[in-house]
Amino acid sequence: MKESWQYKAFKVFNTVILLLIVFITLFPFVNIFAQSFSAESYINSGQVSLWPKGFNVETYKIIMADNIFWINYKNTVVYTVVGTIISLILSTMIAYPLSKTKLKGRRFLTLFFVFTMFFNGGLIPNYVLVTSLGFGNTIWAIVIPNAISVFNMLIMRTFFSNIPDELEEAAIMDGSSTFGVLFRIVLPLSKPILATMMLFYAVAHWNSWFPAFIYFSEKELFPVSIYLRNLIKGAEATLGTGATSQDNLTQIASNIKAVTMVLTVLPILLVYPYIQKYFVSGVMLGSVKG
Amino acid sequence: MAELSHSDTRPTLRKKNKFSHFLKEWQLYILILLPVIYLIIFKYIPMIGNIIAFRRFVPGGSIFGEEWVGFYYFEMFLSDPTFYKVFTNTLILAFLLLVVTFPAPIIFALLLNEIKNHLFKRFVQTASYLPHFFSVVVVAGMAYELLALNGPVNSFIANLGIDKISFMQMPEWFRTIFVSVDLWQGLGWGAILYLAALTGINEELYEAARIDGANRWKQTIHITIPGILPTIVVLLILNIGNFLQIGFEKVLLLYNPLTYETADIIATYVYRVGLQSGSFSYGTAIGLFESIIGLILVIGANYVSRRITDNSLW
Repeated sequence: MKESWQYKAFKVFNTVILLLIVFITLFPFVNIFAQSFSAESYINSGQVSLWPKGFNVETYKIIMADNIFWINYKNTVVYTVVGTIISLILSTMIAYPLSKTKLKGRRFLTLFFVFTMFFNGGLIPNYVLVTSLGFGNTIWAIVIPNAISVFNMLIMRTFFSNIPDELEEAAIMDGSSTFGVLFRIVLPLSKPILATMMLFYAVAHWNSWFPAFIYFSEKELFPVSIYLRNLIKGAEATLGTGATSQDNLTQIASNIKAVTMVLTVLPILLVYPYIQKYFVSGVMLGSVKG
Repeated sequence: MAELSHSDTRPTLRKKNKFSHFLKEWQLYILILLPVIYLIIFKYIPMIGNIIAFRRFVPGGSIFGEEWVGFYYFEMFLSDPTFYKVFTNTLILAFLLLVVTFPAPIIFALLLNEIKNHLFKRFVQTASYLPHFFSVVVVAGMAYELLALNGPVNSFIANLGIDKISFMQMPEWFRTIFVSVDLWQGLGWGAILYLAALTGINEELYEAARIDGANRWKQTIHITIPGILPTIVVLLILNIGNFLQIGFEKVLLLYNPLTYETADIIATYVYRVGLQSGSFSYGTAIGLFESIIGLILVIGANYVSRRITDNSLW
């Protein structure tokens, strides 16, 4: 099959464009990575782009020696684990009954959940509720109020409803209860979707910062995202105070910010090759009936 | 499977079976009970909590306020010049986001679709999805580093002989930066559904077109684009429905008092008025106003979608 020269030219152009997109996508990360290993003076003079200049691991040592950093990092791990477990359990408890056509009021209950996707109480009523429940400065403020993603729940529901009824009916014939069917038949068959949901929730909890930002006042409770946020905004807070004094502060922070960013995204980056395909298949499932 | 539907759907037997249905399936209802209670407490009570937009609220008092004040807080924001500014900023930013970040993934998916080398295609996809997984804090941090006076962007333009620009402090740059950051993070991820739709197009259509002498461009216009048009329409409607949902957390991280002029949106204003200054009722009134517009947009978009595409959210 012959190709016109225009199409050949297009293919070259297309490859170049896509490579450029890849470059732009990866550049900021590579740059941060390079900065994290670079000497301050090179960052100050704007010489660091893709490769570390004045290679050193001093900044890593500084961060590693910071007690608060480790406390905050550990907090993020704890919040992520606890939050993911709560989210998974609650989502399963809704998605399974809603996948059953025999459930009375199924349409109404689905609408009851889906409506919260489009209308929510808003920032202040939520804040008032959470603080009045005494959740301020406790882990519950960040793992409970946003535990359920309706979108994720709908993906699970779709998956559950595709499990052949015959399997469950056979188990019921053999005397299994609904709980028995759920634990012995449905959940073991749903491992792929449970893994996908676990990753969806875990990444969301890992990246979360705003609830901690408004509900926590003690820095021993902060997740690492707030540690990083305060570095970024802290350096900036000095900007308004006068151009001369700003330079030192922002540039010292450049190194430190870079290292903190690298350490914050590192777990995501390490699991990324494995999670990518789960996420893509999850989005596909969700689009079947969103 | 519909034909096999059980006897309890037959009207004559329905009543008799209702009690035994609950007796037999009680575990199913127990299972969903806890999430329903959860939802009432954490989603529906805050919705009702919006009532403090019409009531005086005292911190530490009832979460539903103390006494009625009618439309006092609404009249207050209607005469607040900052409200009009943040409202305009919200509309402008939302419009720019829609115009840029909606079509870009479609174009990206179409370009990617022309790549026949699977390894290269996979590589581009893997790289482009990556930013989606990054925390918004990290993304904002990267933006600050890249755009700093001594950052790579300024080094680059300095080499071109242009004066350095302090991007993050200039209101005229905020929108460009925000839309770029959004595009950077969402381009690849936004293309997933289009790529799925593209693989669903029947290969025979292309063969038939080739036999008829259509070149690749004509095939794109007459087969590829019509093939993904339903996906485009559905996502466009969804996007219009979510028009006002600008990444509020991202604005909060990227803006500062120097850029409020263009960067301050309704959600950030609500945050400052309500949580920082403690005017809970006033903030709630503004937030409620935005939520209601948002709800109308979603319902409207869904209605249009059902009428023209048979696809709807409910």
